Amino acid sequence: MFSDTKPWLRYHATCGGQHSIDGPAVSLENVTLGYPGNQEPILQSLNLTLGRGRCVSLVGDNGAGKSTLLKSLAGLLSKRAGEMKILGHAVGKCHHQVSYLPQHREIDWSFPINVRRFVATGAYIHLGWFRRSGKTELERAEAILDNLQLLDLGKKRLNELSGGQQQRVLLARTLLHGAELLLLDEPLNAVDAENRARLIEALHALKAEGKTMLIATHDLDFGAGFFDASYRVGEGTAKEEPA
Amino acid sequence: MQRALVAGTLAGVNCAAIGVYIVQRRMSFFGGALSHTVLPGMVFAFLRGIDIFWGALAAALATAFGVGWLVKRREVSEDAAIGVFLSGMFALGILMMSQVNSFRDFNALLFGSVLGVTPADLGLTAIVTLITLGTLFAYHKELELASIDPEYAQVIGARPNQLRTLLLALTALSVVTAVRVVGALMATALLITPAAAALLWARSIVGAMLIATGISVFSAVCGLIVSYHYDLSSGASIVLTATACFGLSWLLRVVLKR
Repeated sequence: MFSDTKPWLRYHATCGGQHSIDGPAVSLENVTLGYPGNQEPILQSLNLTLGRGRCVSLVGDNGAGKSTLLKSLAGLLSKRAGEMKILGHAVGKCHHQVSYLPQHREIDWSFPINVRRFVATGAYIHLGWFRRSGKTELERAEAILDNLQLLDLGKKRLNELSGGQQQRVLLARTLLHGAELLLLDEPLNAVDAENRARLIEALHALKAEGKTMLIATHDLDFGAGFFDASYRVGEGTAKEEPA
Repeated sequence: MQRALVAGTLAGVNCAAIGVYIVQRRMSFFGGALSHTVLPGMVFAFLRGIDIFWGALAAALATAFGVGWLVKRREVSEDAAIGVFLSGMFALGILMMSQVNSFRDFNALLFGSVLGVTPADLGLTAIVTLITLGTLFAYHKELELASIDPEYAQVIGARPNQLRTLLLALTALSVVTAVRVVGALMATALLITPAAAALLWARSIVGAMLIATGISVFSAVCGLIVSYHYDLSSGASIVLTATACFGLSWLLRVVLKR
């Protein structure tokens, strides 16, 4: 999507286009994860392989470790042990190919910024330090907003949107990032029926494009054939559930 | 008087621009603490015959990085760490002051002495303004993103923790320029009040900075003129003008919202 955009100075989480085409989207071998300052690990001896183009759900109780796993894959938490690879790279080396949709509560929705400019932040990884969003990035942001039927809201402030609209705006930013691997943390949480239907439609379109998705969710009703597999996270580990 | 107006305006610009981030990121307590913790540095510099700018800057940076270090170790929460530093540093300043015969010498440190600003002070304040505005311009999109969604900023490698440290250092610099104008006890007001008033209205962070700067510069000029004509404390006059602007802004917002 941004092959014509050259950063002046890349952010440190990019490989500069040296993509590895071999290897699965996600590969975890005997991984132990936990939060700094807390000796007790959240997940341990974790083994998981996610092939490219697959959509996998992470299910489990609150606090079981679904978000911990996604945060670790996104490079927000360091692993304590084991080997963790994303698209053939160590975590944090190729993040223009990895996008992360955080939980709704992680964002400061009161920040004074309009929807169009917020969505354009999805292009920052391709711009790097000091380069500003130009006409191209804003036009791409508008095209994605149009796709998600959010164009009318482009000039509204984030705190003028409903919770469901905010969730769709977050997805719009994730789409502009243009990553191959999407890590989505509760994308349908607290979303009304209309916004939910639009979000699911957009996720199906991403699956059709061949994107790889790892989705932490309490709600598996994403439509027939969406998930290729499901992992139950709990009791310190994650196990694939029978189909 | 002319120098005082320029110094007040420059300090107002610095504090308003950086204050918008401080208020939006809910770091007002930290900003307030910084203006009090500069006291021992200023007293030390005063007693040693050094420009108080350098003493204040050293104390402000020590607070910014000291709190950051303590919080990073995770044994103490940020607000507790700020509270400990604030009271400890302020008490140290008072203790150092008590070693001197007369407290009157320190009036300028506590309550500001904008009418006593020298050309050298103006030069330093102008340099701080250039550094602050230049840095905010250069890192605008990263500071904005790290304020809205620090996790996503970290995912893409935009280093939100380092940006926070940068913001604290710029805050320390801005507070030091404000201390000269309104004194250690009221410098918080220049940092927080115009920004809080602006954020009630602004639809973008740049818009908020412009409104806050307008309020800040108006308060500095208006406060100075009033204090000059009615022989009042210049620092208090500036701060009360800014407070009145906030009050009006808030009232208008409440009325229009109905």
